[in-house]
Amino acid sequence: MIPALALRQKSEEEAARLPALLARAEKLAGTVLLGEHGRRRAGLGDDFWQYRPLQQGDSLRSIDWRRSARSDGQFVREHEWQIAQSVILWLDQGASMRFSSEKDLQTKADRARLLTLAASILLVRGGERVGLTGWTLPPRRGTEQILRLAEAFTTDSPEDYAAPEARGMLPHARAMFVSDFLADLGPVEAALTKAADRGVRGVLLQVLDPSEEAFPFQGRTIFESMGKSMAHETLKAGDLRARYLDRLAERKARLDHLCRVTGWQYQCHHTNTSAQSALLWVYRAMDGGHG
Amino acid sequence: MTLFGALGFSAPWLLLGLLGLPILWLILRAVPPAPIRRLFPGVVLLLGLKDEEQVSDRTPWWLLLLRMLAVAAVILGLAGPVLNPQNEEQAAGSAPLLVLMDASWASAADWRARQEAVEALLIRAGRDDRPVALVRLSDPEPPQFQAADVLRSRLPGVLPEPWEPQAEQITRLLSVLPDSAFDTYWLSDGLVRNTRDGLLETLEQRGRVTVFESPRSLYAIEPAQFTDGNVALTLHRLRPGPETEISVVAQGLDPAGNPATLARVPVTFDADAVTAEAELSLPAELRARVDRFEVEGQRSAGAVTLPDDSLRRREVALIAGNENREGLELLSPLHYLTRALEPNADLLDGALLDILPANPDVIILADVATLSTAEEQATLDWVDKGGMLLRFAGPRLAASDISRDAEDPLMPVRLRAGGRTVGGAMSWGEPKSLAPFAAESPFFGLNIPADVTVTAQVMAQPDPNLAGRVIAQLDDGTPLVTRKRIGQGQVVLFHVTANAEWSGLPLSGLFVQMLERLAVSSTPAQPEAADLEGTVWQPEVVLDAFGTPRDADNLPGVDGSALAGDPLGPDLRPGLYQGTDRSLARNVIAPDADLTATTWPARIEVRGLSRPQETPLAGWLLALAIAALLADVVASLALSGRLRGARATTALIAFFLLPLPQQGQAQSAGDDAFALAATSEVTLAHVLTGDSQLDDMAQAGLSGLSETLFFRTSVEPSEPMGVNLETDELAFFPLLYWPITPSQPTPSDEAYAKLNTYLRSGGMILFDTRDGDVASFGAASPNGRKLQELAAPLDIPPLERVPQDHVLTRTFYLLQDFPGRYAARDVWVEAAPPDAELIEGMPFRNLNDNVTPVVIGGNDWAAAWAMDDRGNPLVPVGRGFTGERQREIAYRFGVNLVMYVLTGNYKSDQVHVPALLDRLGQ
Repeated sequence: MIPALALRQKSEEEAARLPALLARAEKLAGTVLLGEHGRRRAGLGDDFWQYRPLQQGDSLRSIDWRRSARSDGQFVREHEWQIAQSVILWLDQGASMRFSSEKDLQTKADRARLLTLAASILLVRGGERVGLTGWTLPPRRGTEQILRLAEAFTTDSPEDYAAPEARGMLPHARAMFVSDFLADLGPVEAALTKAADRGVRGVLLQVLDPSEEAFPFQGRTIFESMGKSMAHETLKAGDLRARYLDRLAERKARLDHLCRVTGWQYQCHHTNTSAQSALLWVYRAMDGGHG
Repeated sequence: MTLFGALGFSAPWLLLGLLGLPILWLILRAVPPAPIRRLFPGVVLLLGLKDEEQVSDRTPWWLLLLRMLAVAAVILGLAGPVLNPQNEEQAAGSAPLLVLMDASWASAADWRARQEAVEALLIRAGRDDRPVALVRLSDPEPPQFQAADVLRSRLPGVLPEPWEPQAEQITRLLSVLPDSAFDTYWLSDGLVRNTRDGLLETLEQRGRVTVFESPRSLYAIEPAQFTDGNVALTLHRLRPGPETEISVVAQGLDPAGNPATLARVPVTFDADAVTAEAELSLPAELRARVDRFEVEGQRSAGAVTLPDDSLRRREVALIAGNENREGLELLSPLHYLTRALEPNADLLDGALLDILPANPDVIILADVATLSTAEEQATLDWVDKGGMLLRFAGPRLAASDISRDAEDPLMPVRLRAGGRTVGGAMSWGEPKSLAPFAAESPFFGLNIPADVTVTAQVMAQPDPNLAGRVIAQLDDGTPLVTRKRIGQGQVVLFHVTANAEWSGLPLSGLFVQMLERLAVSSTPAQPEAADLEGTVWQPEVVLDAFGTPRDADNLPGVDGSALAGDPLGPDLRPGLYQGTDRSLARNVIAPDADLTATTWPARIEVRGLSRPQETPLAGWLLALAIAALLADVVASLALSGRLRGARATTALIAFFLLPLPQQGQAQSAGDDAFALAATSEVTLAHVLTGDSQLDDMAQAGLSGLSETLFFRTSVEPSEPMGVNLETDELAFFPLLYWPITPSQPTPSDEAYAKLNTYLRSGGMILFDTRDGDVASFGAASPNGRKLQELAAPLDIPPLERVPQDHVLTRTFYLLQDFPGRYAARDVWVEAAPPDAELIEGMPFRNLNDNVTPVVIGGNDWAAAWAMDDRGNPLVPVGRGFTGERQREIAYRFGVNLVMYVLTGNYKSDQVHVPALLDRLGQ
């Protein structure tokens, strides 16, 4: 009885989480007003782009007779090239993301999921294909994909600090990496370099807890990572603050530099600030890449 | 119990635990505070960081100190510390115990403390099972050793006496002391007495002597002296001390005959001075009223002094037959009298009829022969009421026909024509000298100087009752001074002149003494024993040891010489003694007395009366430990970083703010709102009784009355208010309606003070016992009894039933009845002054006095006035039309009452009489 009951309870919880995340992501995405973004050149698409005189090689089917009838020449009606971009996402599912310093503050993972999913919704609505890096969920379009993404986002990874998945990156796709980037920066560097090699550009969104930014600790403390894989004991936590902050600033500077070198964009977001501003930034950053 | 000064420990070996404190210090110091485990993803950034200093993790010294303090407090607390422990060993001993109390007036000032000290001794003696005897040295009785408990029950009845133990009492005590061994507790009064030494020696032979003495200073006042027109007061204190100011009050009867404080004079003892003096300037009238002077706040006979006649200066009116201002001063008939009386009597001067209303004690007529009829009648009246008329003969008297054929009412004897001259150039014989005074004469005992001779005099007509009237005569038997009593007063005639013309008497000291004996003048100084030889004095008022005057009706008279010379004792109590024509006071403190503190030999143990209370300190110390540990919790949390952020701030603020009272502002704001509500319009109020039904009815009644007033008069009251006597200010309300119910609580003293202020400052309370149907006003009903109980502390004047012409009957409506729901006639108001008279032709008495502070009745007015929101009456009154009429009259009474309160006695002004008469149809 009990396993069944526990299972039921757990599944209820899980089931409850997904719509909640979805709903919140939808709501957040709803705050950004979308516009159809064409490629501003002729191509496949639904919207009219221009008429041009018939050229050699154009099939007769392509002649727009109504326009041609108004003059002596024959015109072809061109549509605007509307092509869907592939956006690949990587969300840090590591244990370090499941941290919040205060009870009524979202964990970093929650915030990161929310932002990523909201961005996905926006992108899907914008007609892009959205997927995950690696092979688990290749980019697709449609609201079905959002559900799949949400499902994928809700799985937790057991390891303490996750390394970015850089496999399966489509050339010239766009990418979005969301993490606290507290792990070793080597894989990140490698991933970004690889992405830059394939012409993939994107954004790095670093999500941090305010306590990680302020280090407000005093006294004798043993600091442990979320998975308890590493620990550090100090007798006077207050004394470490300056050096910790230096290291954090250095890490941010390195990320920023890495992004600038590879053509990516970097932003640091804190869980105690508004998620909307972060989403706006992401949207602008992704959108700004167009064109 | 181990003692360290005033501190004792019940478990002193526990204090060894204090030795462990340094070790604890070292241990606590070596162990760093426990670390907090904290999940923190940023730990990767911390890896490899080293702590800069390794030492700082030790517990800070102040926290250590706090913990040490807590531990030390626990150890000390468990060791059972006691402040001022009673030392049991000292009382140990099984010998009988003699508690010897001086019990003099000097002990009375702190008698209560002495009793408590004795009680404590008795309790201890009872615990030790020692027999105890209690002896008062001022009135010793044979000591009877008995159980302490028995004695304890008798202790409240042991009182001091208003005299000091004299040699006589000491001897008596020595004669009855048992020969067996006993210890002595001597409660000394602190005054030095040479009789003590012998007694002390005897007591020491029997056992140990412990002396208890109060370190308090003792104040005493010398008899008031009259010097230079002022009353001089001299105060003593037993021990020199810092500068102190105390008050001396003069007590006496005020003109209405009530005891009152007539004057108060501050007396300042300079630092280290034991004597202080003050002068009190009092008008003669007031001075004569002073019964006693007392040092304020001192309850002892020594702090009270009774003035006798020495303060009373008699008023003597001098009237001479011929005021010959141009004549020689020495020939003036009044010269010698003036000189004799001036030092100790107030002399009046003027026409007889002008002087008589001033009611002098004595009128002296020097050679005044005839008085007019009016003068004679007035003088006779005055003598009849106790005046003393002193007449001197002279040429005019001798030449007149007064008292010749028939005895003049204002002459003691009939006179023969012409008088006589002896020893002159034209007569035979020597000038006559005075015969010794007879025993019944007031002059008895006075020495007669040989050089006093009489050369001329008026002669008394032989008469059957002449012999009884002579109080001094010449050696040939002719009367020289005669006296006749008239009513309470007397007429005395000196058959010679008041100047030296006819006799040498006015030149001698005897003249002054005779005047003194006649109480024409009062004696300036305390009389010598010899002066009072053979007189008997009746005690009038005696003082007890506390300085309280007692009636002395059942005390025997005291011989004059004893009164003057003997020390005070059971037979001669301090007080006021009345002689034939003067009074003498024996005070505890004689003039020029001196208070000296005792000095006991060094071998005698002297203790204070009260010992500090035994105070166990364990509880306090343990509480301190707990507080220190709590502080340690907070400090440790703060130190280890567990107490941080908004939570900590909130907690701390809450912690510090919690005990702060926050009602102050709310209270004053509420007061303001109440005052505004009560004062923006005229507001009727009712006293909240706690009975909600009654309060609602009172509210409805007053709102009905307010409504009626609004419609019919220019008084437009706002909604009535219920008033809580304890908390609300009453001054805002012109009228308080107070329904009485037996169950209502009696207001507190403060509330009564407020009510009395309210009544005195023009407020009015309408008491309603609401039982007019069954009981008339009085204690006949429960409500009436409750009213009496409630109103007893109130300042309520004499009452009378509302008279026909009371202003209340015509302030707005013309009324004679004051019904409410019931129509009883008993409505009571302040009684009219007794001198209010009905002027002929006027229908009303002229009663221009105050508004009555209370109206008392039982007609349940509120019920008759009560109406609901739509103006419908709530309670039926009577039946049918009669009932409605009664309700109407009830409303009219309410209107009249409010008008009366608001306009006072305006309608009692006679100006309104014609209009009123017109309306009354007369």
